[in-house]
Amino acid sequence: MNKKVGIVIVSHSLDIAKGTADMVRNMVGSGIPLAYCGGNSDGGLGTSVEKIQSAINEAWSDRGVAILVDLGGAETNSEMAVEMLPENRRSKVVVCNAPIVEGAVMAATEAWGGASLEEVKRTAEELSPQ
Amino acid sequence: MKDWINRSVVVTHDIGLHARPSVKFTKLAKGFSCSIEVADALVGPWSNAKSIVKVMGIKAGQGATLYLRAKGPDAQAAITALSGFVASEFDEDRTDVASG
Repeated sequence: MNKKVGIVIVSHSLDIAKGTADMVRNMVGSGIPLAYCGGNSDGGLGTSVEKIQSAINEAWSDRGVAILVDLGGAETNSEMAVEMLPENRRSKVVVCNAPIVEGAVMAATEAWGGASLEEVKRTAEELSPQ
Repeated sequence: MKDWINRSVVVTHDIGLHARPSVKFTKLAKGFSCSIEVADALVGPWSNAKSIVKVMGIKAGQGATLYLRAKGPDAQAAITALSGFVASEFDEDRTDVASG
């Protein structure tokens, strides 16, 4: 069982998702479960529920998984991916209302320190405009 | 109730306490059990040094003085480690400050 909350990055662009994940790995290190996805099923700009589900499973932790998204569809597709998870996992995944890059770094730092899923989400969302 | 242990340290790094060192600083602080606070002025406002959002919000530039204070069983070690981290220009050539 992984003792740290996992982080998933979902962007319309695979380059942005990968770049954000690279920043997290570089700044926070390899001590947390981390996965990313971007682009639709044709490889174009967009998001895919299937890819988001795979990323959630890749970064799975029994402490929970926090998802960072960029624009509109990334959020709705992430919520759909969460709804389609097995019931026992659904309550352990949250979508953060935070800027994707800053939120991912902040959330990952908090997760690294052993914080709960709620604390990780709250830390990422501290950055959002009030 | 014990008092705070205080120390100030000048940021000598040419870019200041930028994003990556802020993360390292916070991770280092999280390794101690004592309360640790940081400010860019002696009168405060004091921020939780274990909060990445707060630490990144300080934006201390080159030449700025950072004020640190800690209270708790490992306060002295925390102050030594964190002020040393800032004074050493954030150990930028090392990948894992926690082990150093």
